[in-house]
Amino acid sequence: MSLDLDALSIRSVNGTALFQPLTLHIPAGDVVTVMGPSGVGKSTLLDAIGGHLTHGFHLSGTVHLNGRDVTDLPAEARRIGLMFQDALLFPHLSVGDNLSFGLPANLRGRAPRRAAVEEALSQAGLAGLYERDPATLSGGQRARAALMRTLLADPAALLLDEPFSKLDAGLRDEMREFTFARVKSRAVPTLMVTHDPDDAAAAGGPVIALKGLMAP
Amino acid sequence: MSHDGRLLRTAVLVVVGLGLIAPIAIGLWQTGRAAFGILPALGQDMVSLGPWHELADLPGFATSLRLTLVTGIGSTLLSLVLATGFCATVHARMNTSAGARMLTPFLAIPHAAMAVGLAFVLAPSGWIARMIAPHAGWDRPPDIATVSDGWGLALTLGLMIKEVPFLLLVILSALSQIPVARHMAAGRALGYGRGIVWIKMIMPQVWPLIRLPVWVVLAYGLSVVDMAIILGPSNPPTLAVAVTRWFSDPDPLMILPASAGAILQAVIVGLAVAMLMVAEAAVKRLGRWWIRRGGRGSSAEPGLWAASALVMALMAVGALAMVSLVVWSMAWRWSFPQLLPESWSLNPWSSAQDGWMRALSNTLLLAGATVGLSLGLAIAWLEGEDRARRSRAPWAEALIYLPLLIPQIGFLYGLNVGFLQIGLSGGITAVIWAQALFVFPYVMIALSDPWRALDPRMIRAAAALGAGPGRRLWAVKLPVLIRPILTAAAIGVAVSVAQYLPTLFMGAGRIATLTTEAVTLSSGSDRRVTGVYATLQAGLPFAAYLAAFLIPAILHRNRRALSGASAT
Repeated sequence: MSLDLDALSIRSVNGTALFQPLTLHIPAGDVVTVMGPSGVGKSTLLDAIGGHLTHGFHLSGTVHLNGRDVTDLPAEARRIGLMFQDALLFPHLSVGDNLSFGLPANLRGRAPRRAAVEEALSQAGLAGLYERDPATLSGGQRARAALMRTLLADPAALLLDEPFSKLDAGLRDEMREFTFARVKSRAVPTLMVTHDPDDAAAAGGPVIALKGLMAP
Repeated sequence: MSHDGRLLRTAVLVVVGLGLIAPIAIGLWQTGRAAFGILPALGQDMVSLGPWHELADLPGFATSLRLTLVTGIGSTLLSLVLATGFCATVHARMNTSAGARMLTPFLAIPHAAMAVGLAFVLAPSGWIARMIAPHAGWDRPPDIATVSDGWGLALTLGLMIKEVPFLLLVILSALSQIPVARHMAAGRALGYGRGIVWIKMIMPQVWPLIRLPVWVVLAYGLSVVDMAIILGPSNPPTLAVAVTRWFSDPDPLMILPASAGAILQAVIVGLAVAMLMVAEAAVKRLGRWWIRRGGRGSSAEPGLWAASALVMALMAVGALAMVSLVVWSMAWRWSFPQLLPESWSLNPWSSAQDGWMRALSNTLLLAGATVGLSLGLAIAWLEGEDRARRSRAPWAEALIYLPLLIPQIGFLYGLNVGFLQIGLSGGITAVIWAQALFVFPYVMIALSDPWRALDPRMIRAAAALGAGPGRRLWAVKLPVLIRPILTAAAIGVAVSVAQYLPTLFMGAGRIATLTTEAVTLSSGSDRRVTGVYATLQAGLPFAAYLAAFLIPAILHRNRRALSGASAT
């Protein structure tokens, strides 16, 4: 399993490229960290890989996942998980229903699906919170629930968009440890963008600087 | 990738084009033809300026024109000044969402019901006169024309009671996008008084955000018919009312000058909006000069307080008007100087039961159909934008406002001609279609901001979890947006219930709604029966707003972020 970017570059509405073409090979289980000044287009890069690019941005180059070209697939067909600095749990669903939202449909039957969710909840220290309103969770609980939601969807790759930047300092170390342990045990290729060097250090993988092209 | 989105967007564009734009264009075209002498049905097929000469020669034409300009422009400018002054004084001191909730009854009540209530309050035998009577020693109603006065003062007042709350809401929502407190602190630190900071720093930022709604208010004030029939002078009436009468004159040839009047009405609105744009440019230049002079003059406060006091007085009269509807509908014996009826009865309700039941069911049918169609189209439009991941083009935004800026009287006659040609006239379908032209824009405007305020990353998260566009819409967006969707629906109900002219023209007088009945009854007959119709007319939108508040609170009672306990 691997995530491969080949000469990926993005041009904005007015035709200027955001950053120099990026070629990257991320093997399964590796976490590659992309760093760069704000405004260079780190989040846009993740949008492009995940299939969420807004109208007006133009993508060149390719994204391959496990050797398959996914560049023209819609986001929902790519199997690329996405984590933000906010948990973004769906506010109308219970914590458990949030997790089952992404559970693949080929896991059939009420009982096995519920069991899978309960198992994920207890792994994340959230046992017994299936019926809870996500708005009543603490920040750390929310972040863990969001990660488990992403992982339950069985992604073939993971994108992390400054995943720890909104957490308190104490919580941040705990969440880094929790996240990277889960990611490594799933052995999926992972790309993280951040401007916190501690994130990169905790991830332990290679660090790439995204260089802007626009004049300062 | 965007194939699905393109199909949806094309469908929306076709529906908007054929359903909304074409009727207005056809209506204007047909009315315009008649205005220049072409009316084949009556054997008129020569282009001529005859209808315009006839129009100018009609008795009372000049007075009607003057009345329209004075009441329409006067009520808009006064409302704008008062609403601005009120916001300047009160904004820092009040909870915006609580304030917006207090405005709801004033926004929900149809113009006609408010007009009926005001007539009850202002009339020589109304509540205000009854309050004065003991002090003035009146034992019979004084002999002054306080309603339908020749100056159009009652009409101006009525329009202001409806438009000030609307403008307050619009200004409050604009203010929520501006860091008012910080600008106020910065301005006052530089030595400017509170009122001057408001005028020099805050309003210039607010204006671009409220410009279009102000245009809508202006267009409405210049062309209103139902409220002008009830509160305005009757002989001669305002231009829009006169044109409505000429269209239904027994002499079919009156259609020619009536059409010329209808086109004139549209031109007046166009010119008034153009005048506002010129005024805006002038104020901008003048304001810049004034700001550069750097005068600190802190003397704006008394003016602002006066504006606030006037707004409170307007609201008090409006509230009194609403209460008077209910009181009159249940009054039995109520002789002059008494403040309350001497005896009460539900007789007005039971004796008119057949009539109001029929009008109520027609009104409900029309509201349900127009709101359903409008909501469906609005959601399809917004979802199409999402799927194409595009923001709205300026021309599309203008298209939404179009039906609100063109006076109804300007194209409804012509639209009826068009409907006749396709065999649709006089039926419920034609009325639904014509009403939807005005319901859709409000529903669309009400839903657009909350729809866009939905965090796009949440939708991306859903897509990353494998949810396709359909599931993202049905399982995420619609449930999360249930409150704004129902609020938009409630606004749609209020707009549909309030429609007068479209029902009158397209229903060929055969489709009676609460509004058409209330307007007809208001011109005389029994105040108690009028009170019944106007109470129902006001009650329907209230019920819709209440449902829009209660349903999400019940559905999402265990979801703190959505139940409304903390939100908005």
